[in-house]
Amino acid sequence: MKNNNLKLSAFLFFFLAVTSFSKAQKGYQVGDLASDFNLKNVNEKMLSLEKYKQAKGFIIVFTCNHCPYAKAYESRIMALDVEYAAKGYPVIAINPNDPKAYPEDSFENMQKRAKEKQYTFPYLIDETQSVAKAYGARVTPHVYLLKKTDKGLEVAYIGAIDNDTENVNPERIAYVAPAIEALLADKSPGIVQTKAIGCSIKWKESY
Amino acid sequence: MNIKIKAILFLICIFFSVKGLMAQKVKLLSLSQLEKRFAEGRDTVFVVNFWATWCGPCVKEIPNFDKLQILYSNSPLKVILISVDFKSKLEKVVVPFVKRNQIKSEIYLLNEQSEQDYIDRVSKQWSGSLPATLIVNHQKGLRNFYEQEFNYEQLEKTYINNH
Repeated sequence: MKNNNLKLSAFLFFFLAVTSFSKAQKGYQVGDLASDFNLKNVNEKMLSLEKYKQAKGFIIVFTCNHCPYAKAYESRIMALDVEYAAKGYPVIAINPNDPKAYPEDSFENMQKRAKEKQYTFPYLIDETQSVAKAYGARVTPHVYLLKKTDKGLEVAYIGAIDNDTENVNPERIAYVAPAIEALLADKSPGIVQTKAIGCSIKWKESY
Repeated sequence: MNIKIKAILFLICIFFSVKGLMAQKVKLLSLSQLEKRFAEGRDTVFVVNFWATWCGPCVKEIPNFDKLQILYSNSPLKVILISVDFKSKLEKVVVPFVKRNQIKSEIYLLNEQSEQDYIDRVSKQWSGSLPATLIVNHQKGLRNFYEQEFNYEQLEKTYINNH
């Protein structure tokens, strides 16, 4: 009996390990169609991508308050919105972190941050973490560049904003900006995927 | 009286040796310098842990790496801890962290410019998440990469398997 229990728990453990592994591998690939969402913005209103009738696409950034990488990229995310919202590619920032793990990532602190820094883009909370899971976001910041097509919102680029978080390398290579420029010129981006580098998303315990 | 003096001397010795450990320096290290170490290491098994002061699971597992180095001090094992904290944080954050936590293993701050580049050079398997550990034994042609957190038992077992 004891032995059986042991076998059962070993099996369960293996099963859980395999399923959680495959879960981590899921999410969108370049070329996939991304689904819309309905999330609460820092202005307390719910927001969906369908509300952006004029947009040509979106710069979806999974980001947060606490992470040093997210902080390092904050001004570059703001600059992307300033540069590309008017051209049809607004930034949509989403915080997927469990605020229990980092109270700095709570909704109230998101509101504070957005106000302090005068974000020109929405900063949404993904309370159930279902959007981050659907997209396959792993870290903050993690960018998904979406392009509106007849079929839906096509994923055009996934990964990092550039290759130098610390922003000290004069030969820094940008990824998101050239990808948008390509889309605006009706071309495919030269680089469609890079490694998103940052802090692991803090998943809720029940996950 | 004599015993008291001895005890005081003993305490002074301990104080200075601990202080010596605490004064551990953190230098910059590039990946090519690291690869050179591997190549010159002969039968040494290098256990290289990539971490950052802001990464909770990394901070939690560092004592396990220290313990491995201490328990296998007579074996050809070299534990190297490489922080990927920003270079601008070296003196203000990394050095005080190393002192505060009395980290004993060899410790460096990664001296690379492009994240996209160095992650692939460490291992094609690395998604970029921390903590990450690379185990290399140049003489045996072993190079294994682990994007995970280790408890001591797992770490010791992994080291022995790469021995």
